[in-house]
Amino acid sequence: MRVVLAEDQALLRAGLAQLLEAKGFEVAAAVDDLPSLEQALLDPTADAAVVDVRMPPTYADEGLRAAIAIRERRPGFPVLVLSQYVEHLYARELLASGEGAVGYLLKDRVGDVGEFVDALRRVAAGGTVLDPEVVASVIAKRKDSPVDRLTDREREVLALMAEGRGNAAIATTLVITEKAVAKHINAIFMKLDIPTDTDDHRRVRAVLAWLGV
Amino acid sequence: METRRPVTLAERLAVTGYAGLHLLLWVPLLTGFILLVTSGVLVVVWVGVVLLLALIPATRALANAHRKLAARILDAPVPPPYRPTSGGALTRLRMQAADPMTWRDLLWTLWALTFGFAISLIGVLLLALVVTIPIWWYGVVPLLQARASVDRALLTFGRTEALEQRVSVLSETRAEVVDYSAAEVRRIERDLHDGPQARLAALSLSLGLADDLFQSDPDAARKLVNEARGSASSALVELRDVVRGIHPPVLADRGLVGAVQALAIDMATPVEVDADLRGRPAAAVESAMYFAIAECLANTAKHSGATRVWIRIRHDGGVLRTWVGDDGRGGTDPTTGTGLRGVATRLAALDGGLRITSPVGGPTTVHLEVPCALS
Repeated sequence: MRVVLAEDQALLRAGLAQLLEAKGFEVAAAVDDLPSLEQALLDPTADAAVVDVRMPPTYADEGLRAAIAIRERRPGFPVLVLSQYVEHLYARELLASGEGAVGYLLKDRVGDVGEFVDALRRVAAGGTVLDPEVVASVIAKRKDSPVDRLTDREREVLALMAEGRGNAAIATTLVITEKAVAKHINAIFMKLDIPTDTDDHRRVRAVLAWLGV
Repeated sequence: METRRPVTLAERLAVTGYAGLHLLLWVPLLTGFILLVTSGVLVVVWVGVVLLLALIPATRALANAHRKLAARILDAPVPPPYRPTSGGALTRLRMQAADPMTWRDLLWTLWALTFGFAISLIGVLLLALVVTIPIWWYGVVPLLQARASVDRALLTFGRTEALEQRVSVLSETRAEVVDYSAAEVRRIERDLHDGPQARLAALSLSLGLADDLFQSDPDAARKLVNEARGSASSALVELRDVVRGIHPPVLADRGLVGAVQALAIDMATPVEVDADLRGRPAAAVESAMYFAIAECLANTAKHSGATRVWIRIRHDGGVLRTWVGDDGRGGTDPTTGTGLRGVATRLAALDGGLRITSPVGGPTTVHLEVPCALS
């Protein structure tokens, strides 16, 4: 898989490139500012991008905007956005930029190499991966939504789905059987009125409904 | 009105019209004056305080009307020179009582009720009596200009006086800001000391121990390295919190409107944001306004029990204004709690202020304003 990498801190960029190559990815380009990122994203052979939110020239949210822009041009292009801090608003904007194939993680998560690589693979496969911190802030604050109809257990399952976990991982985390997980997920789809479709799309829609997008 | 240029008939008539307005305003002015003096006496038994709460703004409105008339007659600006007020009703009253212009207004009222009134009356009569129209033709403009000059002298500060006023306001707000910043610096120091610093010390310790154990007990060493990673992530979490408290990244990225929208999304109660800003205010203003709004929202979430919150942001006439309202139970007292007082201090340093309307039973509206230009 060919990955475009955009990160302005040289040390982290080199580290990420090394890590990705060690884990069997091919780094199509490793860039450090917005113009070169836009240039690199023109490459039709790139399969995914890992993008830092803050970059030169203005050190604001150009990484995020570039991610949304490329997904407008190439719908469904997988982008994993990394940031020093997570913002619920940004998560919403990213998720609204197309169905699935998007991730939003704190940079700290790179420390857990296995999880990070796994997240990138899930995003590349069309999944949605949200940082546990975004998920936690939503749980803490969101009261008024169709999600009210869910039981506590179903909400836990939905939160893990938002983090991008598969059924097996959810079963392990909650110490229940995979069959039980599947049952909960079906109940969530029913309660949130999510139309029958491929399982991946339904999962993404459930997460979107939950974030209030 | 330029005296060297020949005065036209229309201008003479306009000036006479203004004199007529003076006469019309005489009755409310007299009523206001009598009530003001009465409530001044009644302050001893509290009823007066309640009366003053309504009367001072009313007298100020009357004085401002005369300032506008004087500005028209003299064709020169006569700006209202009141000090900005903030806080609850009683605090505002205290600030108004301390404002020398309040007392000058009173002095001016005496003049306007007697000699000022007489001059305007003569101006109108000269025209009304028809036979005196020749006198009116030459006399009315200088006459009313004389009255307006006295009005202006009483209703505004002279240059030196205005500067003295400004200096006293500035030293007051500066002292408050210095105190406030010192408290902020102490808070940040404590947050860093209790949080990230402690974590990093633990991390260093774990790594040191792991280093020792690598040969003899690799499993224990690995456990320690894992612990060290845990400490590193906790330190990062705490650093993020400290940074948010200093200057929220989303404010830097998106400016005031975007950052307020981000705040709104994070509230449990639905928040309606109606913002119309063409450009960005200066960084200091943006930051003060952001933290003021954040404080209002935090108060709403904690105390009000509101089901709906709204925020309105506008910039007009060189002033950035924000209203934060909710349908909660009201009864917010700005004098308790350090949050809103800190907000008031920070806004005052930028020549701004806040005003709270929060009757028991609700609704609550906080009005924040800071004069500034957009870029």
